[in-house]
Amino acid sequence: MNSTAPQQSPSSSDSQDSLGLVTPQSVVFNEPFVLACGRELSQFELVYETYGTLNASRSNAVLICHALSGNHHAAGRHSADDRKPGWWDHYVGPGKPIDTNCFFVVCANNIGGCDGSTGPNTINPETNTFWANDFPRLRVRDWVHSQHRLMTHLHINQWAAVVGGSLGGMQAQRWSLEYPDKLRHCVIIASAMRLSAQNIAFNNIARQAILNDPEFHDGRYLDKSTAPKLGLSVARMVGHVTYISEDTMADRFGRELRKGSFTQGVDEDIEFQIESYLHYQGNSFSEKFDANTYLLLTRALEFFDLAREYNHDPIKAFEHATCKFFVVAFSSDWRFSPERSRDMVQAMLAAKKQVTYVEVQSDYGHDAFLVPNERYEQNLRTYLSHVAKECGE
Amino acid sequence: MRVDLKTVEQWVVNDAHILDLGCGDGTLLAMLNDKKNVNGVGVEINPEKIQACIEKHVQVIEVDMSIALENCVDNGFDVVIMTQSLQVVRHPNEILDHVLRVGKEAIIAFPNFAHWSSRLYLASKGKMPVSKNLPFSWFDTPNIHFFTLRDFEEYCKNQGIEVLDRCVLNSNNKPDALSKFLPNVFGSTAIYRIKR
Repeated sequence: MNSTAPQQSPSSSDSQDSLGLVTPQSVVFNEPFVLACGRELSQFELVYETYGTLNASRSNAVLICHALSGNHHAAGRHSADDRKPGWWDHYVGPGKPIDTNCFFVVCANNIGGCDGSTGPNTINPETNTFWANDFPRLRVRDWVHSQHRLMTHLHINQWAAVVGGSLGGMQAQRWSLEYPDKLRHCVIIASAMRLSAQNIAFNNIARQAILNDPEFHDGRYLDKSTAPKLGLSVARMVGHVTYISEDTMADRFGRELRKGSFTQGVDEDIEFQIESYLHYQGNSFSEKFDANTYLLLTRALEFFDLAREYNHDPIKAFEHATCKFFVVAFSSDWRFSPERSRDMVQAMLAAKKQVTYVEVQSDYGHDAFLVPNERYEQNLRTYLSHVAKECGE
Repeated sequence: MRVDLKTVEQWVVNDAHILDLGCGDGTLLAMLNDKKNVNGVGVEINPEKIQACIEKHVQVIEVDMSIALENCVDNGFDVVIMTQSLQVVRHPNEILDHVLRVGKEAIIAFPNFAHWSSRLYLASKGKMPVSKNLPFSWFDTPNIHFFTLRDFEEYCKNQGIEVLDRCVLNSNNKPDALSKFLPNVFGSTAIYRIKR
């Protein structure tokens, strides 16, 4: 195992409530890593960021697990010219709900990802070519086990909290069962104990778009220095439609035209604002994301079924947990609906676990967990302030 | 401490698993956490009250009471508490059935509509009573099912529900001789401990 500086990240702040500049770190684990699928990685690298300071008793560490399109860069900026901060900057930073004045926050790019950690777009040391389509099929528990290695590397014995939204929430759930004594609180946001048939159907459309792109080359596109950008773009467009609510779409775009007109006697095509927006989202995503990672991650989402190994009984599953739970769902989220969170909460209750559940009013659909929302911020901040108090020094 | 809270405290054993339906700002559960070390969870739908619960470190779930109850397993809780919330639900009989299925016992507190002041108000003015303890007008009251101690006890008898304890408080929220002597006349709030 070798690594670059563990603990604290630099933070020269550009504004008072922002982390300012942050620097990714990385660690290579050389002990073989057996995956749930039975295959083994002889070594793997994790790229991660940390914010805040680990206290003397090493009791204030919070793990953030990222979702499908996220990565290790949760907050702050990598350079002063960065157009956007990390994906959860609104919620992570000094004085923010996940308060880096109190917590030592850790966020890693998951294996199988495409932002530096070992994944399809990195080199397989055994073949000296890109892993590409040969990367082992991953399950949520593989991420949890790899994050546990990072935890050991950072000499953290127990997380004050493991926090995740969507696919990140699935990792948080799995943490509570795989390593019950390694976390005190589990914060699960806009997530579910498993995907619905409708979720899988949308994922399938997204995957078909990638698989049928002529530039996909059976997944070996990197060997040919190309990428199935059109397919990935369509995949993202499908995903994006499911992440936002109908109301948000109507409010933001309505039937506004970007090009052309409805005038009679005019023979020209039109383009709606919503189309233009989706194309922009799809294109920009396809420039920065890897198609094999997308295939891998959507499958991991689908494989996840919290209670499968507990005889399909979520109550039995949660009986293994010892942490306290904080669960958040959003009213307009139809991808991971409040009903799915309620199922989870009722199972936790039946397992006699301590749980707080809030159902936040928002028009932003599944994306609500990322965007500013006064009530969600307030509830999360208050809950985590109790967690911070328990950390001591 | 408020007598109604103290009464509930006396009826709850240490470390009990408790469900408080319509837990409000979490005052009762916070007290039970503190004094009885219970594993308690509240059910509430008002966002401000939920925030108040989180501030008090009280576990709370934001869901409609009937949905929460339908999805709870049989005998999942040692005690299910409903203070001042049975009269606000649409189907009290269905809620009570679930409460007594989900809880090994239940503690139910409600305003007694047969209190002498309500009787007098209705008899003399011919209008729905408005008082310190029932401050709402007919058109904006959350209380959609008014009932009395006698109604409740008759219901329990007919439904095979056992009354384990009863505490009746006067309009100053205190037990006194009159409310002991003629509870359905001088009792303003009734608290029952029941089981099926």
